[in-house]
Amino acid sequence: MKRKPRRKVAVIGAGLSLFMRRALETGKELSYYAASQALETAGVRLKDIQAVVMATAPDAFDGVHMKGDWLLDGAGGVRKPYTRAYVGGGSGVFSIISGWTLVASGLFDLVLVVGEEKMSSCQPHPQGAFLTIFDHTIERPLGPNLLWIFSLEQHRYMSSYGIRNEDIALVSVKNKRNALNHPAAQVAANLSVKDVLASDVVAWPVHRLMVSPVSDGAAAIVLAAEHVARRLSEKPVWVQGVGWSLDTSYWGNRDLAYPRYVERAARMAYGMAGISEPRKEIHIAEPYDPFAYKELHHLEGLLLADRGKAPDDLARGRFDRTGELPTCPSGGLMGVGNPIAAAGVMKVCELFWQLRGEAGARQIPGNPERGVAQAWGDLMQIGTVAVLGVH
Amino acid sequence: MRRQRDNATTRSIAVGGLARVEPRVWRGAMPVQFLYTAGAAGERFFQTLKRKGIFTATHCEECRLTYLPPRLYCERCFADLSDTWRDVTPVGRVYTFTIVHVDREGGPLSSPELVAFVRIDGTDGGLVTRLLEIAPEDVRIDMSVEITLAPPRKRRGTLEDILGFRPARSVAKRPFTRR
Amino acid sequence: MAKPARAVRKMDAPPWLALRGSPLSDDEFHGKVSTTSWIPRLEYGWDAGIAISRFLEGLKAGKILGVRCRVCGRTVTPPRAFCELDFRPMDDWVELADTATINTYSICYVTWDLKPLRKPQIPAVVEIDGTTPRVGFLHLIGGVNGSSVEAIRKQLRVGMPVRAVWKKPHQRAGAITDILYFEPVKRHPER
Ligand SMILES: [Zn+2]
Ligand SMILES: [Zn+2]
Repeated sequence: MKRKPRRKVAVIGAGLSLFMRRALETGKELSYYAASQALETAGVRLKDIQAVVMATAPDAFDGVHMKGDWLLDGAGGVRKPYTRAYVGGGSGVFSIISGWTLVASGLFDLVLVVGEEKMSSCQPHPQGAFLTIFDHTIERPLGPNLLWIFSLEQHRYMSSYGIRNEDIALVSVKNKRNALNHPAAQVAANLSVKDVLASDVVAWPVHRLMVSPVSDGAAAIVLAAEHVARRLSEKPVWVQGVGWSLDTSYWGNRDLAYPRYVERAARMAYGMAGISEPRKEIHIAEPYDPFAYKELHHLEGLLLADRGKAPDDLARGRFDRTGELPTCPSGGLMGVGNPIAAAGVMKVCELFWQLRGEAGARQIPGNPERGVAQAWGDLMQIGTVAVLGVH
Repeated sequence: MRRQRDNATTRSIAVGGLARVEPRVWRGAMPVQFLYTAGAAGERFFQTLKRKGIFTATHCEECRLTYLPPRLYCERCFADLSDTWRDVTPVGRVYTFTIVHVDREGGPLSSPELVAFVRIDGTDGGLVTRLLEIAPEDVRIDMSVEITLAPPRKRRGTLEDILGFRPARSVAKRPFTRR
Repeated sequence: MAKPARAVRKMDAPPWLALRGSPLSDDEFHGKVSTTSWIPRLEYGWDAGIAISRFLEGLKAGKILGVRCRVCGRTVTPPRAFCELDFRPMDDWVELADTATINTYSICYVTWDLKPLRKPQIPAVVEIDGTTPRVGFLHLIGGVNGSSVEAIRKQLRVGMPVRAVWKKPHQRAGAITDILYFEPVKRHPER
C-alpha cells in the first residue's frame, strides 16, 4: 500500500433478515428487510444515503440475469449512485471494502452496503450454477462438482500437517453451538464431534455437517465519514484497514495447504490498521467458514494461528466465545447460514455489535477493541479482509 | 469490406510461429432450472387475483405513490407498506403497444400479436400484457381496457391467470394517473 | 393470503429489532404458495483457445504436452499461451511423461445435485513428472478396488506415483478424457 487513506470511515448501523432454507420473500424484499433495519439502527433515512453498494453472488443462484440491477429498489439504490460488488463468495466483505473506498476517497459521506442471496430458486440444487466455474475444456469433461475442490483442499491441508478429521469437525460443533444465540440462525444446533462424523460422507474427507447450508437472506450496514459518524453515533465502529488479493486461477497450481491470498489480503489490511502483532492486537475474528476446515485454513492465512496449528488451538478452546481469540462468535456460515454475499456482510454486522459491547447473549468477554472479518471466493482464490475497531 | 467468416473448427493457426494447430470447441450446458416465489407482496397480489379476480396495490402516503404490482416497501423513501393494501379494479389505459410479427426464435407468427403496457387506473404502475378482442389497426394509445382473466377454477395464482386486456365495455371517464 | 413477515426467536441478542422473513416448508414451496418455474436452455460452445487446442491434439496422439516459460523457467501442463506471472508468451513446448504424483485426492459419493453414487469418483490433483513442483491439475484416480473410504484410502496416499491410463487410440477425441484416469504405479507393492 502506497498511501494511507485520508478520511476515517465508520460503521454506524447494521441490519439482517432471517437466514432461511427457503424464503417466501423475493431477493428485493429480503434486501429491504436488512437495509431498512440498518438505516433504522443508524438513525438515518434513505434520503440521507448518498450511494449504495450491493453485494450479490452469481446471477444464476437467484435466476435473475444482472440481478444487481434487479435488486436496486430493495437495496435503496433508486436514483442514487449504485454499484454492484462481486467477487463470488468474497463479495460480502468486498462490498464493505467498496463502500469504504467511496467514503474514504471523500466522494460520499453516507453509504449503504447491502448483501443478498436467494439460492432457493435454483433447482434442483444451486451447484448446477456452480459447475461452470470449472474450466470448460480441461475440467468439466471430467464431471466435477463443487465439493471436489473443497474436499481436495481439505485433504491436502490434513495431509500436510497431520490433521485429523475430528479436529476439523470441531469447527462445525463450535459454530453451530454459537449460532444457538443468533436470532437469524438457520442451522444452529448442539452437536458433538461424533454427530458430525456420523453424518454422511459427501466427498471424503468432507461430511455433510461440515458443509454450510443453502440459504436465502440479506444483511446490511451503514458506513459514514468521520464527521458524520461522530454526529450520528455514540459508538461508531471504525474501519481501520481493508485488504484483498487474488491468487492464480490455475487452482491446481496453488498451495492447497495454505491460503496465501488470505495472507496477502490480511497484510494489506493490518498495514493500514497499524497492526504489527495481529495475535495480540486482534481480539475477535469472523473468518469465512463455508466448510469447517476453511475457518482453520483462514485463521492461519490471517496470521492468527501457526500454519497447521489452528486445529490444536481450536481443540484447547482458544477460539471459543470465552477463549483467548473468539472466532465466529456469531455462529458463522456453518451455524447462521450461508446466503453467500449476505453471509460476509453478516460477519461485519457481528463485529459491529461485539465491538460496541451490544452482542447480548453472544457477547464475548473483555471489552474487545478490534476485530477482523474475512471472506473468500471467486475461483477459491480471493481473500477479502476488513479490520474494525473502536478507535 | 466483406470478410469471410472464420470457421473455427477447421482453420489451423500458427502457434508461436512454430506449429499449426486446430482450434477446438467444447460444447456444454448449464444445468439450472428455477422456481421463483412471488414474494411477500407478490403472494398477496396473486392470491387476491386468483380468489377475487381483482388487483391489490400498496400505497406510500408520503410519496403519494400507489405501487402496482404491489411492493412491500416504497422504493423512494423506504417506508414499510405492508399495512397499506387497497383493492384495485383491473382496468386501465394503453400506455404503449407493439405489434409482434415474429416468435422468440425469429420465425413468423401465424397472426400478429398485440403486446401493450397497460397503466392501471388509480395506481402509478401497470403491466405488460396482451391486447385481446381488437384488431391492430384499431388500437389507440390511451384507450381504456379491462382485464380478461382465466375462469376461476383454472387460475393458479400466477401471471398466467391474466389472459390479457380487452377494450373496456363501459367507457366511463377515469382519472388520469400521475406518473 | 400472504403470511405476515414473521418475527421469530426473540432473544437476548442483537440486532434487538425483530428479524423479518417467512421461511417456507417443502410443501408450501412446492404447491401452496404462488411460484413460477423457468427452465432456461443455456448451451454454449467454448473455444479451447490456442494452447489448450494444441494440448488436446497431443492427448489424441497419446502425449502430454507442456510449456516452459523462458523467463521464470516454470514448466506447466495443461499448457497456457502466456505466463501469468511474467506476462510473456509461454511457447517453449515440451513433451512430458505420462506419470505423475498425487498432490491430493478425495472420494466423492454424490453427484452435483446430491444424488448418491454407489461407486464413488476419486478426483485428484496430480503433478505430472517433469513439471515444476506444485503445478498440478484436476483429473481422476482409477484402478483401485472397493468403494468404502477405508478400502480406497488403503490403496492411495498423497505423494504416491501414478500413471495415465489412456483410451485406445481410435477412441481418443482430443479431449481431457482421452486419459481415462491415473492409476497407482505398482513399483513397490504396498503391503
Ligand atoms: Zn415513499
Ligand atoms: Zn514465467
